[in-house]
Amino acid sequence: MQLSRRHFLQFGALAVGGGLAIVLYDAPWSEILPFVDVFAAGGLSPRAFIQIHPNNTVTILSKDPEIGQGIRTSLPMIIADELDVDWSQVEVEQADLDQSIYGAQFAGGSMATPMNWDPLRTVGATGRRLMVLAAARRWGVAPADCTTSAGRVLYKSGNRSLTYGELASEVAKLPLPDASSITFKKPSEYHIIGKFTSGVDNFAITTGKPLFGIDVTVPGMLYAVIDKCPVFGGTVRHANLDEIRKMSGVRDAFVIAGDPHTNNPSIEPGVAIVADTWWQAQAARKSLKVDWDTTAESPTSPDQSTEIFNQKAAKLLPQQPAYDIRSYGDINSALGEPSTRVVEADYAYPFLAHATLEPMNTAAHYKDGKLEIWTQSQTPGDGRRLAAQALGISESDITVHMIRAGGGFGRRLRNEYVVEAAWVSRKVKAPVHVLWSREDDFSHDAYRPAGWHHLRAGLDSKGRVTAWSQHLVTFGEGKKTASSAGMGPGEFPAGRVANYQLGYSTIPLFLRTGPMRAPGANAYAFVGQSFLDEVAQAAGRDPLDVQLELLANSYNGGGDPHYPPERLAGVLRQVAEESGWRKRKSGNGQGMGIAAYACHLGFCAQVAHVSVDSQNRVRVHEAWSVADVGSQIVNPSAARAQVEGAIVDGMGQTLIAVDLKNGAVVQTNFPQYPLPRIHQTPKMNISFRITENSPTGLGEPALPPIIPAITNAIFAATGKRIRTLPMTNSGFSLA
Amino acid sequence: MSLSLKINGQPVQVDVSPDTPLLWVLREHLDLKGPKFGCGVGSCGACTVIMNGNAMRSCITPVIAAVNMEVTTIEGLSEDGNHPLQVAWRELDVPQCGYCQAGQIMSAAALLQHTPRPTDEQINDAMNGNLCRCGTYVRIRAAIHKAADQANTAHSG
Repeated sequence: MQLSRRHFLQFGALAVGGGLAIVLYDAPWSEILPFVDVFAAGGLSPRAFIQIHPNNTVTILSKDPEIGQGIRTSLPMIIADELDVDWSQVEVEQADLDQSIYGAQFAGGSMATPMNWDPLRTVGATGRRLMVLAAARRWGVAPADCTTSAGRVLYKSGNRSLTYGELASEVAKLPLPDASSITFKKPSEYHIIGKFTSGVDNFAITTGKPLFGIDVTVPGMLYAVIDKCPVFGGTVRHANLDEIRKMSGVRDAFVIAGDPHTNNPSIEPGVAIVADTWWQAQAARKSLKVDWDTTAESPTSPDQSTEIFNQKAAKLLPQQPAYDIRSYGDINSALGEPSTRVVEADYAYPFLAHATLEPMNTAAHYKDGKLEIWTQSQTPGDGRRLAAQALGISESDITVHMIRAGGGFGRRLRNEYVVEAAWVSRKVKAPVHVLWSREDDFSHDAYRPAGWHHLRAGLDSKGRVTAWSQHLVTFGEGKKTASSAGMGPGEFPAGRVANYQLGYSTIPLFLRTGPMRAPGANAYAFVGQSFLDEVAQAAGRDPLDVQLELLANSYNGGGDPHYPPERLAGVLRQVAEESGWRKRKSGNGQGMGIAAYACHLGFCAQVAHVSVDSQNRVRVHEAWSVADVGSQIVNPSAARAQVEGAIVDGMGQTLIAVDLKNGAVVQTNFPQYPLPRIHQTPKMNISFRITENSPTGLGEPALPPIIPAITNAIFAATGKRIRTLPMTNSGFSLA
Repeated sequence: MSLSLKINGQPVQVDVSPDTPLLWVLREHLDLKGPKFGCGVGSCGACTVIMNGNAMRSCITPVIAAVNMEVTTIEGLSEDGNHPLQVAWRELDVPQCGYCQAGQIMSAAALLQHTPRPTDEQINDAMNGNLCRCGTYVRIRAAIHKAADQANTAHSG
């Protein structure tokens, strides 16, 4: 018998703090907040998550978007363990978007684990308690004499038992148990949490089932491409629409006037081609001739070039920062003291594209004032809001199905493809799947912003860091920085050195920027941890010692209070131990580098071992990673996978760049954007340092340190310091 | 133009322009969504299928080139989803987002057909046309070795 949603267990409302982690959002974390309605739910309703069937199988709903972080497996694991069922009894089903039932539904900021750990344990434990109460009532015994195991309630160690399935209808009538009667399992009692668990979609993935957004079909569905101006903000003067409309399979072609302001969340200008198949739409595009107007909204597009930005930055870098982020002590006196040794360097890194392997796409069906959307958005609530805005309909008239995404990395925090699908569906009065080509994807991303840093550090006669000055040249209008282009007052080593100055200056940018996996951190770790290595070399000291010494300091209130320095020191010491850091040998083309960084509530230290040949071809042989994300790893397989992926992702960031020329992106497909391949992947040694802190996420914290660990290792091997990414600019490549 | 193809052992007829990439014929005319669109230029391998024993990038293979060929997609790799590679992929929990994995498995299947016990170097050569944006390469390598071990054990047993 198939039970409907109405037969879900009636758990009743259970208040949980949706704002739990929000206070921890600091710059640049706040970048994802505009996309997320963290306070959407007044309180979670656990009945929505668990459905117990008469045959004692259990359906558990997964609430958040799955983008490869493994959340469709790990969040239901939490519920299942506390509910005390076997994982083999569990089927996972994806929840639709309804933040009034499921709480905030999004994928970003490595927030799924910290925001759901307590609420979902409560959901599961409440379910288990209700099972016990129902069984005790039926037997007329004390609940305290009942235990549970593998989806059964047992009386006094098993001489009577009932399955959860046999109790489901009674449980539905029970009132919610008192919160004080809900107890969580001890970690030693977990039989799912903490166990290697293969992803719930793996059978479908390995057999090619239609699982991803791109695979969604709806009866009568048409496909659309939208040709947009290579220069952001360009509008359509004229297009040969009549010719296009005559092409094979093409149903319609039309101009979208759109809003050329790249940061406005409405639909962008372009030409839509709608056809029976996507390939027909895409093939027709080869005959499309568009006269673009790039003057109206981007009059400075000739200035919007990487070369010009580099020149502007070079002028600004040696000057005083236009705006202060944090300053204390007396930086000029400290650096000016005759006994102070000053180390000075400039660092830079490029724009990056997210390049998720599944290009942006969404299916939408607008009919009679109602809209249905199938999307892989990381922020489906924001997608619904924007679609409602663009179509002038109410959000309550929109149903959003959350479909597995072929990668996210922050790209799908934005929702312009959702709006496009909705808009085109209404226009052509049919269900429409909008799918971007790879070239569309590269040329209309929201890029990780490029940046430049001028750094100065002062060393005393004992080689201790007494002063640190950092000037960030970034993008923005006046004081307002572009998305993901700002720094915060907790940036290491702020609060750990006696004299400190961090400030920034801005260059105007028309290009759209946005968060990319470990936003901010992915760039600032490279800069800060490379320069620290440089400072340590100048002092003739081990960079590990210099970093540990700084972490033990506290000035001007210390560093970011959400990142206790002893946790970073802990992972640093452990990775040094595990990698044999103290006994390392460098030179002759071999070298090891170390780096650490704390972000997104996680702490990670990494060591890389590289060799460099006479043609500056780098091979990363081995990497060591130690992360502290609290007291419990939910799914060790997925957790290790996040670190493995972060190491490869970070390694790739030594090679890739997006360049801008006259307002248009130069790199438009993978051959020009050499992401790492299997032969470049190092051996990996991955550990977790278990500490008495609430569990936090891993999508992001394991990425930032590997970049400077590799470039520091290259220095150890060659004596050449890579201060600009990609390292191909300095003649280095990955073997 | 009506074309006769043989896909996963089944003869099929499609009416498409002969220069249509095989990928889009599979996905949009034959409803085989396993092969994925990633780049359209044969650079990422997400669209990989096996044609007469060789791994091919279906996004740059015109459908006309598949006439009189045996085409196998991920859907036809095994009857029950239990090809040693598919099993190993699940046992080692290889996928992260999973989008590239059908292409990875098909490249690996072509490799094992020719080279039942590949070395790391042979795996590198056969697999470096398949991009995994999530970086699952360590597990892909391990899963290929595992599948090779199991297939060989099964044969010798």
